[in-house]
Amino acid sequence: MNTLFYLAAAVAILATLLVITRAHAVHALLYLIVSLLAAALAFFLLGAPFAAALEVIVYAGAIMVLFVFVVMMLNLGTHSVRGERQWLRPAAWVGPGLLAAVLLAELVYVLGGWSAPATTPAAIGPREVGLALFGPYVLAVELASVMLLAGLVGAYHLARPQKEAEGEA
Amino acid sequence: MIQLLWLIPALPLAGFVILALGGARLSRRAAAWIGVGSVGISALLTLALAVAFLRGLPAIPAHIRQVWTWFDVAGLNIGVSFYLDALALTMMAVITGVGFLIHLYSVGYMAHDDGFSRFFAYMNLFVGAMLILVMADNLMLLYLGWEGVGACSYLLIGFWYRDPANGYAARKAFVVTRVGDTAMAVALFLLFDRLGSLQIQELMQRAGAQWGVGTILPTVVALLLLGGAVGKSAQLPLQTWLPDAMAGPTPVSALIHAATMVTAGFYLIARTHLIFELSPLAMSIVAIVGAATLLLAGFSGLCQTDIKRVLAYSTVSQIGYMFLALGVGAWAAATFHFMIHAFFKALLFLAAGAVIHALSGEQDLFKMGGLRRELPLVYLVFLAGAASLSAIPLVTAGFYSKDMIIWEVFASNRGGTLLWAAALAGALLTSIYTFRMFFLCFEGPLRTPVAHKPGWNMSLPLAVLAVLSLVAGFLEIPHSFGGGVQIFSHFIQSALPATQLLPARESNEILCQLASAAAALGGLGLVWWLMLRSPQAGAALTRQPLAMKLSRFWLNGWGFDWLYGLLFERPYIFLAQINRADIVDGCFTLLARFGLALNALAGAAQTGRVRTYAAGLTVGAAAIIAWVVWL
Amino acid sequence: MVTIPFSHGLLLAAALFLLGVICVLTRRNIIFMLLGLEIMLNAAGLAFVVAGARWGQPDGQIMFLIVLAMAAAEVSVGLALVLEWYHRMHSLDVDQASRLRG
Repeated sequence: MNTLFYLAAAVAILATLLVITRAHAVHALLYLIVSLLAAALAFFLLGAPFAAALEVIVYAGAIMVLFVFVVMMLNLGTHSVRGERQWLRPAAWVGPGLLAAVLLAELVYVLGGWSAPATTPAAIGPREVGLALFGPYVLAVELASVMLLAGLVGAYHLARPQKEAEGEA
Repeated sequence: MIQLLWLIPALPLAGFVILALGGARLSRRAAAWIGVGSVGISALLTLALAVAFLRGLPAIPAHIRQVWTWFDVAGLNIGVSFYLDALALTMMAVITGVGFLIHLYSVGYMAHDDGFSRFFAYMNLFVGAMLILVMADNLMLLYLGWEGVGACSYLLIGFWYRDPANGYAARKAFVVTRVGDTAMAVALFLLFDRLGSLQIQELMQRAGAQWGVGTILPTVVALLLLGGAVGKSAQLPLQTWLPDAMAGPTPVSALIHAATMVTAGFYLIARTHLIFELSPLAMSIVAIVGAATLLLAGFSGLCQTDIKRVLAYSTVSQIGYMFLALGVGAWAAATFHFMIHAFFKALLFLAAGAVIHALSGEQDLFKMGGLRRELPLVYLVFLAGAASLSAIPLVTAGFYSKDMIIWEVFASNRGGTLLWAAALAGALLTSIYTFRMFFLCFEGPLRTPVAHKPGWNMSLPLAVLAVLSLVAGFLEIPHSFGGGVQIFSHFIQSALPATQLLPARESNEILCQLASAAAALGGLGLVWWLMLRSPQAGAALTRQPLAMKLSRFWLNGWGFDWLYGLLFERPYIFLAQINRADIVDGCFTLLARFGLALNALAGAAQTGRVRTYAAGLTVGAAAIIAWVVWL
Repeated sequence: MVTIPFSHGLLLAAALFLLGVICVLTRRNIIFMLLGLEIMLNAAGLAFVVAGARWGQPDGQIMFLIVLAMAAAEVSVGLALVLEWYHRMHSLDVDQASRLRG
C-alpha cells in the first residue's frame, strides 16, 4: 500500500510539473486534473475517503470544468500559444526555480528533522467528518457559505454586461 | 480733574484710529481738524491737570490712576496705570503743547502732500505713544510706549517712502535704536527677576532697600538702561541714526527727533534715577557719554551743509548736555534744559522747515542766503531760536538752562573740571555752528528764489515758540542774580532730588557764568568776524589742507558710519553671502532628501506587477522560515 | 492503510505547493497564474489532510473542506475577472495590469 502512495505522489508531482510547463491552457488543465486525481488517491490512502471524493467531485470536476469553460470562451487559438512559448524562455524559470529550491531545502531541513513515527491512520469516514462539521465547526460552515455567496455575487457583478462602464474604461 | 488723566493719551490714539480707518476718504479739512484737534484738547487737558496738580503740591507729589488691568499672569500684574508727578507733567506739557503747535504747523507744511491724513494718523499715534511712555506707572507700559514711538519714528522717517534713501534712513533708525532697546529689555528682565516687580515706584523702593551703593547689580541694570537711553536719544555710540533720520518731513524732525522722542532716554534715566544713584560708576559713564557726545556732535555740526543735519547734530549735542547733567546728578537742570530745548529746537526745526518750504524743498545751506528781507518773520524767530540754542546771555531761555547745567557740572559733587571744560567747549561750538548756519541762511546774496510764504498756521506756532524760547528761562534765574528765581527747580524737586553741590565751589558761580557767556558770545563773534566782517579770512581758513580733511571727517560724523559698516555690516553681509545657500537649512533639506530617497526606494518596489509582489511574498516566507529555523 | 512517515506526506504537500509558486512567479498568462493558485491551495489542503490523518482526527478534513470552498469562491471571482480583463485589454498578459506602479 505504501508503494501505491509513493506512486500517487510521483504522479501528482510529475503531472503538476507538466501543468506549469505547458504552453497550451487546455493541456495544462488536463494535466492538472491528473494531478488532482493523484492527490485524491493519496487522500484515500491517508484514510480520508470523504476528502478524496470531494477532491474528485469539486476540484477535478467543478472547478476544472469552470476553467475549461473560460478557456473556451476566450477562444485563444494558436497565436496565444506562440506568445506563451515566447514568454516561457528558459531564463524566466531561473529566478522562481532558485527561490523555490531554497524554500524546498528549508522545508526538507525542517520536516526531515521532524522524525515522527510511522502511524497507521484509521480511516475517518464521512460520518465523523459530518458530525464534527455540524458540531463544533458549524460556524466555519456558515462562514464558508457566506464566502461562497460573496463569490457568487462578485462573479455575477463582474460578468454583467457593462454598457455604461465602457466609456470610463 | 486727575480722573481724566487717561483721556490725555486716549485722545490722540482715538484720533489715530479715526484717521487710520478713514484714510483717504476723509477730506483734508476733516483730517486736519481731527489730527490737530485731538492733540489740542489733550494739551488743554494737560493744562487743566497741571493746575490741579500744582494745587495739590507739596502735599501730594504724585498721583496714580489705574485704568484697567493689562494682564495678570503668575504674580506679574501689569496694569494700564498712569503715574503723574512733576517730571511726567513736564514731559506731558511739552509733548502736548509743543506737539499741538507742530501739528498746527504741519497743516500748512503738509498741505500739498498726498499722504496728508496718513501723516496726521502717524503723528497722533506718536503723541499717544509718547504720552503713554511718560505717564506709564510700570516699566512694561513704558516699554510699550517706548516701542510705539520707535515704530512711529520709523514710519515717519520713511514717510516719503517712494525714495529708497528715506526707507534706508528709516530702517537705520529702527535697527540702531533696536540695539539699545534690547539692552533695555534685558534690564527689565533683570529687574523683574531680582526685585519681583515692574512698578517703577515699587522698584525704586526695593532697589534702595535691597541693593547697596556701588554693588554690581545696580551698575549692571543702570548700564543696560543707559544702553536703551543712548539708543533712543542718539548718544554715543548709537548716535548715527539721528542725522539720517532727517529724511522725514520737517515737522517730524521737530516733534520726534528734537522735542520729544529723542529725549525719552533722558526721561528713562531721570525716572529710574534711584537705580543710577546706587551706582557711581554708571553715573560717571552717563556723564562721560554726555560730554563726549556733545563735543563730537558739536564738531560734526560745524561742517554740515544740510540745514536739517546741522540741527540734528545740535540735537544730539544738546541731549548730550542733558546726559551730562544727569550724570552729575543735576536732575532739575537736565529737566529744565529738556523743556527749553524742546522749545527752541522745535522752533529751529519749524523755522528751517519754513525756509525749506519757501525754497521748494531746498535743504543745502550754500544755496540759501539773503532770506532776511524775504522772510522777515522766519528771520526773527530763527534768530530767537539760534540765540537760545547758543545760550546768548540774559535774554534767552537757553542761557538759563544751559548755564544751570554748566554751573552744576562744575559745582556738583559728582562733577569735575574736565567735564566742565567739555561743556564749556561745547557751548563755544554750539554758538559757532548755530550762527554759521544762521548767517549762511539769512545773510549774503539771495541764491534761490522764494516760492511760498508761510501761512498763519505756520507762523503762529513759530511766534509762540519764539516767545517761549526767550522767556521760559525766567522760570529759573540763578542765585548769583540777586537771589534769583527757582520756580522750576522747586517744582521738579517734588519728583527728583536736588543737586548735591560742593560748598567749596559755590562761591564761584558768577565766574562760571561769565565763562559760559564768554563762550557763547565768543563763538558768535568769531563766526561774525570770519563770515561777515572779513570773509577772506574765513575762506582762507577753510582752504587749509588740515581744515579740509577735518571738515570732510566731521561732515561724515567722525566716520562712525564707516566704522560700523566695517565692524558690523561688512562681516554680516560677508556671512550672509557665505550662507546664501542657507547652510543650516541644508541639514533639513538633507532630511527631506533622505525621505525622498526612501520614498523612491519604496516606490521602486511598487512595480504594479502582481508577479513581483508574489516573488516578494515568497522571499519573505523563505526569510522568515530561515530566521525561525536557524536563529 | 498506508504506514508512511508523517514528514513524507508533508513533503509531498510542500513540493506541490512550491510547484504552484513557480507557476505563479513564472507564467505571465493570467489563466496559468490562477492554475498555480489552485495548485497551491490544493497543496495546502493536502497538508491539512495529512496532519488530520496523523492525529486520527476529522479536523484536517474539515479544514480541507473549507479550503475547497474558498478555492471555489476564488476561482469563480478570479475567472470572472479574467473574462472582464480580457474583454477590455484583449490580452491575458498580467504584466500589463501595472497601473498601480508607484
